[in-house]
Amino acid sequence: MSLLEFRKEGIYCIPGGFYIDPWLPVDQALITHGHADHARAGMKRYLCHHFTVPILKIRLGDEIQVQGITYQERITINGVEVSFHPAGHIIGSAQIRMQYKGRVAVVSGDYKLQNDGISTPFELVPCHEFVTESTFGLPIYNWDSVDEQNKGLQNWVQQNQQMGKTSVFVGYSLGKAQRILKAVGQLGPIYVHRSIARLNQAFEELDIPLPPYHILDFEEGIKQVNQQIVIVPPSLVGTNIIRKIPNMAYGICSGWMAVRGARRWRSADAGFAISDHADWNDLIEVVKGTGAEQVYVTHGQTAIFTKYINELGIEASEITTAFGKEEDETIAS
Amino acid sequence: MKEFAVLINQLDSTNKTNQKLEAISLFLKTAENADKLWLLNLFAGKRPRRIVGTKLLRECLIYKTGISDWLFQESYASVGDLAETISLLLPQPSTYLDFSLSEWMEKIQELSGKSDEEKKEFVLWAWDGLPHLERFIFNKLLGGSFRIGVSSKGMINAIAKEYNLDANAVAHSIMGKWDFEELDFDTLIQGGYSDSNLSKPYPFCLAYPLENLESTILQPEEWFAENKWDGIRGQIIKRKGEVFIWSRGEELVTDQFPEIVEEVLKWEDDFVLDGEIIAFAEEQVLNFTFLQKRLNRKKLTEKFIKEIPVSMYLYDILEYKDVDYRQFPMVERRKLLRNLYEKQKDSAFMLSPLLEFSSLEELGDLREASRDMNSEGLMLKAKNSIYHTGRKKGDWWKWKVDLLTIDAVLIYAQKGAGRRSGYYTDYTFAVRDGDNLVSIAKAYSGLTDKEIQEVSRFVNKHAIEKFGPVRTVKPELVFEIAFEGIGWSSRHKSGVALRFPRILRWRKDKTVTDIDELEEVKKMIK
Repeated sequence: MSLLEFRKEGIYCIPGGFYIDPWLPVDQALITHGHADHARAGMKRYLCHHFTVPILKIRLGDEIQVQGITYQERITINGVEVSFHPAGHIIGSAQIRMQYKGRVAVVSGDYKLQNDGISTPFELVPCHEFVTESTFGLPIYNWDSVDEQNKGLQNWVQQNQQMGKTSVFVGYSLGKAQRILKAVGQLGPIYVHRSIARLNQAFEELDIPLPPYHILDFEEGIKQVNQQIVIVPPSLVGTNIIRKIPNMAYGICSGWMAVRGARRWRSADAGFAISDHADWNDLIEVVKGTGAEQVYVTHGQTAIFTKYINELGIEASEITTAFGKEEDETIAS
Repeated sequence: MKEFAVLINQLDSTNKTNQKLEAISLFLKTAENADKLWLLNLFAGKRPRRIVGTKLLRECLIYKTGISDWLFQESYASVGDLAETISLLLPQPSTYLDFSLSEWMEKIQELSGKSDEEKKEFVLWAWDGLPHLERFIFNKLLGGSFRIGVSSKGMINAIAKEYNLDANAVAHSIMGKWDFEELDFDTLIQGGYSDSNLSKPYPFCLAYPLENLESTILQPEEWFAENKWDGIRGQIIKRKGEVFIWSRGEELVTDQFPEIVEEVLKWEDDFVLDGEIIAFAEEQVLNFTFLQKRLNRKKLTEKFIKEIPVSMYLYDILEYKDVDYRQFPMVERRKLLRNLYEKQKDSAFMLSPLLEFSSLEELGDLREASRDMNSEGLMLKAKNSIYHTGRKKGDWWKWKVDLLTIDAVLIYAQKGAGRRSGYYTDYTFAVRDGDNLVSIAKAYSGLTDKEIQEVSRFVNKHAIEKFGPVRTVKPELVFEIAFEGIGWSSRHKSGVALRFPRILRWRKDKTVTDIDELEEVKKMIK
C-alpha cells in the first residue's frame, strides 16, 4: 500500500496526515527546502531542517510557526517515522523519508549529487517509493565538475577585468548567488542585489562563512561597481535598473545554459551551465540507487523522464505539482 | 582547431559588433593562411557540400551511445540544432586531436567518395578526440552549413577593417568561384585574383522597404518608378563569349535557365546586367508559384522548359565592355541599358518599363494596379543614384502592395531552432473547410518573445500528444496571417499555397468560430 497520495493541496502522507511542500494552506507542512515553489505561505505549522528555518522566516515572516530538525534525526508523526536527509540542492535542503509498517517513501524535493561546497552533500536513501524531480531530465544535460564550473566563472571575471568590464552574474538569490559569491569572492570587490543580501543574512546566522560583499545601491552608488563584480537575481534581467550598470558584461548561471539557444535567447554575454539540480546521469543514478519499486516524477521533463524510467523496468508515473518555477525563471522571466 | 573554437565561442558569446570585430581581428592576426581562407570560405564564400549526411551522423551517435530514437528526437527538439544535440549527447572524449581548422577541413574533404563505413570510422575517431565546443564545430563543418555569430557581411566588414580595405571592394574580390587551395588569403581579399575570373559577379544593390512616401519622394521628377517583379533577381554576365547567371543568394544558376543563356549569347559585346527572371507566357507574367515549380526540379527536363517558359525584365547595367558603370547615375545607366537593348533585334527579354507619374497620387494608383499584373508593388529609384553594394538607405526603395491577410487558427506547434530553441516558435495554421479544419500555412516569425512564451505555455498545457517534435494543439488561438501572394498548389491539402506567410498579430479578440473559410481564401487567387 502506498504511503503517498497526490492531492490538490500537495503531496500527502496518508498514515501521517501531513503534507510535503504543499501549495494550498494545510495544518502540517513538511518543507524540503526554502525555495519559493516548495515553501509557501499559509501553513499552520512548518517542519523543516534547522538551516531552512531562518530562510522561511525571512521569506514568509517572523510570525510563522516553524520547527527545525537536524539531518537523520528521527521523529514520529501519527505513527509514521519521519527523518530528513541531505538533498545537496541548497543550504538546508532535505529529502523527507517516511517509514510506516516497514514501508519507506522518500520525497526528494529538488536535489543534486555534485558537492557545491556549501550545501550538505546528497545522501542516497533506499526506499520503496521515491518522488523525484526531473528538471534536467534529458540526456543533453551533463554538468562539468564543480571545479571546472568555478574555473569557468573565474576565467570570465579575469577576462572582463583585463578588458575593463563589469562582470554581472545572474543567478537565483538563494543557492546560486552564494555559489557564485564563493567562486569569485577572491577576485575583487563584489556587489550583490538587496534580495541576495537578505538571504546571505540567513547564511551568516547559521555561521556559514561567505566572502565579504557590498550591497548594490542603484540610487547613488551604481558608478562605483564599474569594472567590479555584481550578482543579481534573474528577475532583474531586462529591467532598466540593470542597464545602468556601466561597462556591463552579463553572464547567466543556470543549467539551461548548457544549450546555446537558451543563452542567445536571453542575449547574455556568457552562459554558465551551473545548476543546483541533478543532471541526466545523476537523476538516473539516484532513481536506480534508491532501489524504489515505484517512482513518481514531478516537475521538469516529466513525460520524457517517466517514459525512460519505465523503459529501464522501474515503474514510474508522472505527477502534476506546482513545483518548478525557480529554474524556469532564469530564462522565462 | 582550438583557436577557431575560441573565435566561435567569442562570436557566439556576445551580441556586440565591436567585440565580434575584435575577436575576428585577433584570429586574422594569428592564424595561418589556410585557416584564414577557410574562415572566409565558411562564412563568406561558397560553403562545401555536405559530405557526411545527417542520417549517417545519427547512426554514428546511436552506435556510440545506444540512445533510443525517441529520446534522440526529444533531445533534438529541445536543442534545436543537430550538430549541437549530437555533441551534447556524446560522452567525454578520451583524447585530444590537435589539428588546425584547415587540417580538419582537408580530412573532411578527403571523405568525399568514401564508403559509409569509412566515413563512420572517421567521425567516431574525431568525436573521441574533441571537447564539446570543438566537437560541435566539427559537426557543423561536416554539415556544410555554417552560420554562427556573424553574418557574411559582418565577416567581410571585419576583414576589411583589419586590412584597411573598403568593404565593398573586399566583397567583390571574394565573390564568385574560387579554388581556394591555390590562393593566398591576403592577395585574394585585396582583389589580386578578381580580374582573371570571368564569372565574378558584383554584389547586388538592394532596396529598403519604403517608410514614408511624402518625405522620400519630394520631387517626383527625380525618381524612376518600376514594377517590382515577383520572380528571382538575376545578374547576367557575358564576358568573352561566356554567360553566367547569378542569383541573389550568390549562387550560379546558369544551368537552370538555358533559354536565357541562349538569348544572351545572341547579344553583342560584353556586359553585366541586373534584372528579374520571371515565368512568362502569352505576354503575361505568371504567378510566382510556376517559377517555383521549375526551380524545385533537381533536373530540368524539356517538358518543364516548355510548360514554364522564362524571360527577363532588365533594369540595370553594371558593366559594359569591361568598364564598371556602377558609379554612374541611374539615369545614365538606364540610357546605356536602353541603347544596348535596342541594338538587339527581336530580343526575347524586356526592359522593365519606367512608369509615368507626376504626383504621389498617381504613384499610389500605380501601386494599387500592380498586383493585377503579378507584380508585388513598386520600386522607386533615385535618378542620380549609383549602384550601391548591398543595402543602403536613401536611393532605392521597395513599395510593396498591401499584404493580403486571413484569420487562421493554430493547430500544430514545433520548437524552434537556434536562439529560439526551447520555445514553440514554428506554427501551422488552419482555416475552416466545411466542418473540418484544413492546414493552410506555416509561419515562423512575427510574434514578440513575450508572445512566443505565452503561446509556448498554451502549447505545453493543451498539447494533445506529448512526444515527438510536433505538438497538435487544441484549435483555440487565432492569428491574423499576412502573405504577399497566393496561388494554387497540389502539395498542400488545402489546394492553395501562400507566399511568404507571416504572423501579423495575435487576435485574442477572436475565437475559432471567427476564422476564414477556405472557399473565401480561394477567391483571392488571381
